[in-house]
Amino acid sequence: MRHIISLLMENEAGALSRVSGLFSARGYNIESLSVAPTEDPSLSRMTIVTSGSDDVIEQIIKQLNKLIEVIKVIDLNDGEHIEREMMLVKVKAGEAEREEAKRMADIFRGRIIDVSDQSYTIELTGTVAKLDAFLAAIDRNWILETVRTGASGIGRGARMLRI
Amino acid sequence: MELTGAEIVLRCLQEEGVEHVFGYPGGAVLFIYDEFFKQDKVKHILTRHEQGAVHAADGYSRSTKKVGVALVTSGPGATNAVTGIATAYMDSIPMVIISGQVPTPAIGLDAFQEVDTVGITRPCVKHNFLVKDVKDIASTMKKAFYLASTGRPGPVLVDIPKDITQHKTEFVYPESVSLRSYNPVTKGHPGQIRRALQLILEAKRPMVYTGGGITLSNASGELAEFVRMMNFPCTNTLMGLGGYPATDRQFLGMLGMHGTYEANMAMQECDVLIAIGARFDDRVIGNPEHFFNPARKIIHIDIDPSSISKRVRVDVPIVGNVQDVLQEMLKALNSSRERVDAAALESWWKQIEEWRSRDCLKYDRQSKLIKPQMVVEKLYEVTGGDAFVTSDVGQHQMWAAQFYKFDKPRRWINSGGLGTMGFGLPAAMGVQVANPGAKVACVTGEGSIQMCIQELSTCKQYHLPIKIIALNNRYLGMVRQWQEFFHGNRYSESYMDALPDFVKLAESYGHVGMRIESPSDVEGALKEAFALEDRLVFMDFVTDQAENVFPMVPGGKGLSEMILV
Repeated sequence: MRHIISLLMENEAGALSRVSGLFSARGYNIESLSVAPTEDPSLSRMTIVTSGSDDVIEQIIKQLNKLIEVIKVIDLNDGEHIEREMMLVKVKAGEAEREEAKRMADIFRGRIIDVSDQSYTIELTGTVAKLDAFLAAIDRNWILETVRTGASGIGRGARMLRI
Repeated sequence: MELTGAEIVLRCLQEEGVEHVFGYPGGAVLFIYDEFFKQDKVKHILTRHEQGAVHAADGYSRSTKKVGVALVTSGPGATNAVTGIATAYMDSIPMVIISGQVPTPAIGLDAFQEVDTVGITRPCVKHNFLVKDVKDIASTMKKAFYLASTGRPGPVLVDIPKDITQHKTEFVYPESVSLRSYNPVTKGHPGQIRRALQLILEAKRPMVYTGGGITLSNASGELAEFVRMMNFPCTNTLMGLGGYPATDRQFLGMLGMHGTYEANMAMQECDVLIAIGARFDDRVIGNPEHFFNPARKIIHIDIDPSSISKRVRVDVPIVGNVQDVLQEMLKALNSSRERVDAAALESWWKQIEEWRSRDCLKYDRQSKLIKPQMVVEKLYEVTGGDAFVTSDVGQHQMWAAQFYKFDKPRRWINSGGLGTMGFGLPAAMGVQVANPGAKVACVTGEGSIQMCIQELSTCKQYHLPIKIIALNNRYLGMVRQWQEFFHGNRYSESYMDALPDFVKLAESYGHVGMRIESPSDVEGALKEAFALEDRLVFMDFVTDQAENVFPMVPGGKGLSEMILV
């Protein structure tokens, strides 16, 4: 099953490679991984989307906790949470595609953030599934380039990850 | 007063009470070595290879509980150390490894003897550091010793670029250290302990299975008290030997791939399994699906939460230092009026004795060839069961584990997790340095010993009177055994051709060499060797080439599917 794991760790050189090295060394899946400093610059927050059986997820969380620089780990799937990813898609927008591309962007509540006579760049935010749906909905041949941030997640309401 | 980084490194070692460092100099650590020259509190032991230095520091630690310290240079110094570091990591041995690094401005430029030591060692250390400022040396060293020796212990590497050892700063050694991201638990959860005790008291066929965690947390006293109070059977893993006295009636011997029939059968058939400081690894329980039995309840005490339910689902996990948890359990049991079902326990013991009467470790005692098992038995007798015994990896290791009855912890020193050939001799050096005057034997084979044979020179320099017991069967015996059982007797590359004359080799290093070819000479030779208290003696026992280690649980099979003699 797909899980979103969030963690706080010391914002130190090499900390990211300890996490990514752990995943490759133990054969765990990474669907996406995103990391950036928090409001406290000594801390980094990382979101890892992974999949595995309950036993594997349990081991992943234990192994992450074992890393000396990791301070706290939660599995967002243990409770209510919100998930968002951002994607930038450059699509063909010549005479033939222009109207339809704009319409698709609107349907998915995307914003066109760059325009040229041959292309649009559309910014889309949503769950990973929504972004996947956009890519499936638009004519494959129109897609020139995509870049995605990987998912970020946060617990709902009082559910927080902080030290 | 300002000190250089190199001076600070030495001061840190002194502050930590380090008496011995095992190492090998080189360009990046020259300033540190210069400081060794100027003081005499911390003694340096010069090995002949960095792998030897790390194994020696490892053996030093295993035999004493102190943190072992090794010092190597950058590049090849560090890569040579990796096998030693990985060995210590797999067996959770507290060590600090200091490695030199090229000067900070040269890092990343493919400088001479540059390698990404922190990157290379990352998967096989508990933690590692690259020190980028002389001001950080003292606090990093403090953290390194703290991390290495607390929680689940392990090796910690500190990589120090050469220019940092030249820079100067005020030296202040921190009195304490706290890391917000690292707070190992010690006490077990009281509710979990209560649940465990309930299961223990209801057990009809209990079994105690303990590993290296007993030794690491110095809990053998508590373990013996618990096992005796309950009249439970007890088995030890390869790493846990000596955790419970091997000569005791309640000890069923080692379990696992080459464990005893009685220990493996009891593991399989018990109804309550109490696992303490052990991790259910593949060489211990065989095939986990075969091991699984819904009727058997498992209690697992371990300091590392990630060891729990990793290979085997357990019913009552207790995360904590095993010594603390055992003390809590003993306290509760002493004040409880409940007792186990004595009649059930009696019939369980009857079953166990029946398994034990199978005499699974029997071998041909009338053989005209030297049986390796007999050499270990004689070694046990001649040393009064009180030697430190290191080993390498292979058949000789299993025979040593099966036939030397360790009554005390920290006496059996071997590479259990990584299975590192070449470990035995340098580890024995560390043991002998830490325990001058003690009897130290290295049980090895003609294959393993050649992997770190150069350390015979170190033994000469530092007068380390180790007794090397080489069980020489002219084969990489364990490989040959697998080839015999599972590869149609095709002995691919397992014959050790062109062996040196070990007697002359030992003599050329300045030691005593002996070659023993007849069973009737074994005991006399061992006595003669151990009488030479101040000399290293290399004993080359020419043993039966065809001998195999039994019992054996073949790979992928279950514990009760042993091949027996």
